Amino acid sequence: MSAGLELRDLACVRGRRRLFRDVNVTLPPGQLLRVTGANGAGKTSLLRMLIGLLAPAQGQVLWQGQPLPAAREAFHRQLIYLGHAAALKDDLSPLENLQVALRLGGVAADEPAALLALADAGLRGREHVPARTLSQGQRRRAALARLPLGQALLWVLDEPFNALDAVANAWLLGLIEAQLQRGGMVVLTSHQPVALSDGVTQQVLAL
Amino acid sequence: MNDTSDLGIPGALRAVLLRDLRIALRRRADTGSALVFFVIVVSLFPLGVGPQFELLRRMGPGVVWVAALLASMLAMGRLFADDHADGTLEQMLLSPVPLALLVLAKTTAHWLSSGLLLVLVSPLLALQFDLGAEAAGVLCLSLLIGTPLLSLIGAIGAALTVGLRGAGVLLSLLVLPLCTPVLIFGAGAVESAMAGMGTTAHFSLLGAMLLPGLFLAPIAAAAALRIALE
Repeated sequence: MSAGLELRDLACVRGRRRLFRDVNVTLPPGQLLRVTGANGAGKTSLLRMLIGLLAPAQGQVLWQGQPLPAAREAFHRQLIYLGHAAALKDDLSPLENLQVALRLGGVAADEPAALLALADAGLRGREHVPARTLSQGQRRRAALARLPLGQALLWVLDEPFNALDAVANAWLLGLIEAQLQRGGMVVLTSHQPVALSDGVTQQVLAL
Repeated sequence: MNDTSDLGIPGALRAVLLRDLRIALRRRADTGSALVFFVIVVSLFPLGVGPQFELLRRMGPGVVWVAALLASMLAMGRLFADDHADGTLEQMLLSPVPLALLVLAKTTAHWLSSGLLLVLVSPLLALQFDLGAEAAGVLCLSLLIGTPLLSLIGAIGAALTVGLRGAGVLLSLLVLPLCTPVLIFGAGAVESAMAGMGTTAHFSLLGAMLLPGLFLAPIAAAAALRIALE
């Protein structure tokens, strides 16, 4: 029984290729797991497997000691996943996108808090324009603005630093540190080491 | 501002419904195309057949119903495809809200922005076929019960074909055969009204298909989405 996330003997087969096998990780609260590996090594597949979008070919994912398919609803209440796509509707503004995403996650979506989160993400003045007019980095920021709202214990982020400039990079690092300090967990894929301050435990899983 | 009563499942469903309606309003060209298709296809028949009122009256209900069926298939392809492409579909799968309910909310929004418009213009189109006021009313009512059913059946097909190339054709091949009972009883209701017989039986059967459809189609579509996104 553990309070965090546990991967047991995970294996992934896509088509006829075995991407990885025997992945064993225990991620207790307050720690970060960075997944690295060459392009095509199965990083995204691993993330999709651990959030329950992809059934493992072998092995199990456990959330707070419960195997995943059974614990799905409780798990998804505690989860924020941001994939390659920013999950923004092009015809809606960042504010409208954020509010729908929060509601879907079961978080109260009041407007002042959402506006504040977007301003923190560096999108002040862009809150009401259609998302299709945003740049790639701004789209990322709009998606990431959701992180500090709500109380999700686990963040699963696929290449979150992609397309971010230095300012946004520092902002995201700050968010991740705050999440770890309040006992949350973060799983992310990144080719570069995550420059967190000392005293934060960082596990690295190389596929 | 921050009303907590709006949290949880009803809040999430309302948010999805309003989001899709808002997108439909902002993309009027996409939303309107199915309606324009419907109007044009139906209008081609009187032009092609010529002013033979007896023949037009006979074929009117069937033509309007077939065109409605094709128009709703045309709009159906986009139900999940856009969400799949921009990643919001994944977010719906990861929501603590049951996926079948989210599918129902999406299908409702889709019907409001496509099927309902077909229902509203159908009395005008009935004029072209020299249908009387009573027959036009029955036609409108049969579409009002039938088009939600077409959207629900279409949602299963759209979920099964999400992310596939050439999904549009495959969707039609999958869904059109399943829609034939709706077509038969929908058009049949109008014909029996014109023949002076009661429409109760036809409407009862349409209703009897709609109710289980409302319950079962979202569950089937949700299961199909989970498989499609693996």
